[in-house]
Amino acid sequence: MFPTLITLGVIVLIVLFLVATYNALVAKRIQTENAWAQIDVQLKRRYDLIPNLVETVKGYAAHEKQTLEAVIKARQTAIDASNVRDQAAAENMLTGALRQIFALSESYPNLKANENFMQLQEELGSTENKISYARQFFNDTVSQFNTAVQKFPSNLIAGMFGFKNKDFFEIEVPEQREAVKVKF
Amino acid sequence: MNADRTSQIEDRRSFYPADITYTQLIARNKRNSNVLVGVMGLLVVAVACAIGAMVSIYGTGVIRPQAVVMSIAVGLMVAVASTMFSYYAGAATILSISGAREIQKSDDPQLFNVVEELSIAGGIPMPMVYVMDSPALNAFATGRDPKNAAVAITTGLRAKLTRDELAGVIAHELSHIRHYDIRLTMLMATLAGLIVLAADMAWRIAFYGGGFGSGGGGRRRSSNSEGGGAAVVIVMVIAVLLMIVAPLLAKLIQLAVSRQREYLADAGAVELTRYPQGLADALRKLAGDDTPLETANKATGHLFIDNPFLQARGESDWDSAFSTHPPIHERIARLEALMR
Repeated sequence: MFPTLITLGVIVLIVLFLVATYNALVAKRIQTENAWAQIDVQLKRRYDLIPNLVETVKGYAAHEKQTLEAVIKARQTAIDASNVRDQAAAENMLTGALRQIFALSESYPNLKANENFMQLQEELGSTENKISYARQFFNDTVSQFNTAVQKFPSNLIAGMFGFKNKDFFEIEVPEQREAVKVKF
Repeated sequence: MNADRTSQIEDRRSFYPADITYTQLIARNKRNSNVLVGVMGLLVVAVACAIGAMVSIYGTGVIRPQAVVMSIAVGLMVAVASTMFSYYAGAATILSISGAREIQKSDDPQLFNVVEELSIAGGIPMPMVYVMDSPALNAFATGRDPKNAAVAITTGLRAKLTRDELAGVIAHELSHIRHYDIRLTMLMATLAGLIVLAADMAWRIAFYGGGFGSGGGGRRRSSNSEGGGAAVVIVMVIAVLLMIVAPLLAKLIQLAVSRQREYLADAGAVELTRYPQGLADALRKLAGDDTPLETANKATGHLFIDNPFLQARGESDWDSAFSTHPPIHERIARLEALMR
């Protein structure tokens, strides 16, 4: 009677452990998926701000056609990018192009002093930061997920149910490994 | 900042290993505060046992286990009830006490953006943003969980900080929210309050019999079956000593936990910004300032980024034990140790 109860108790505990660990892995994986989606939210925010910026700059520096066109083109490339690698590369090009525009303002004091322009400067700078932080948070969630997948004893359940390590978001082009926080 | 303070920072910085990371700091601080909370819990149990013992001694002359268990049970029930009450009292009370007003994005886009950026880094919903009209340099966070949180900053501090330093300060406050420090503080305050209450009750029992029987005696049974005699006297002495010491001990533990959580929030700020310099610079600016904050009071002092009461800047060790915040030079040293 007693041994049976103990065995039963042990089995119940094991099952509870399995369920809890499985659920924890699922929760962590969903965190990474959510974090990935958040990066896109910030990227789209930047796309939406850019036309406004282009219009404002046109008003003061219409003959800086090349710089303006570079931004418009970079934006479109980023929107059209089909895979993560291309998108990351395009996004970094866009950051560079935007930097050129804000450098422009040094030669056009009226533009620099324009209220709308200053607001856009803060907004776009903030959006750059948000993109960085969203990527940082994504990497943090991936780190937590991968740790759970590899650590004992949750690695046993991970193996049983097919939870695999996820890739970190990394910038592949060496030149673009500069300081990620942008100050315009 | 004076040379004395700078040399203090230099000395403390060399105390930390060259390759220390914020992850290690976070783990260490969490461990320390868990130990302290555990000790507080034990203290509550000890006090409850002592009361039970005292009550049963005065009532019956012997120590009855049932009385001890009863008083622990009653103590727990009261603890849970009062914790839940303070849990739901909400951020609104503290914000109105401090004279803070909510702002919209258009009032201060940069501040709003900084809070939003760091909320993204922390994966928490964005807290409400409040501003306190005061020349003093301080900021605080409140709210029982990230979904019902608010962060406040004085106009004085807002004006003095660069964007990076502001990010450091806001990240420190958001870390308090992420680590549920406000909830922990409420818990500790409730436990400490209970201990003080219990000690007070115990004095009444000791000197007036607490109305449980005729003054100081009651019905003393001389039966030995439940452990009377010398054991009773020893227990009484221990219980009385405990009652004297417990409130002080509770306060010390409360303050120690507060300091650990401050260090934890500093490390958490680095986890968010990945830029220890920002907060370190902000703290250096804070260290140089002497303006007291008018609306701070004892109830809210521990929530601020730096102790709003000038006298307790934690210069000497004795002062440190009674301070809600660690010494600023130590905090700066820890942050700068992360930059090596």
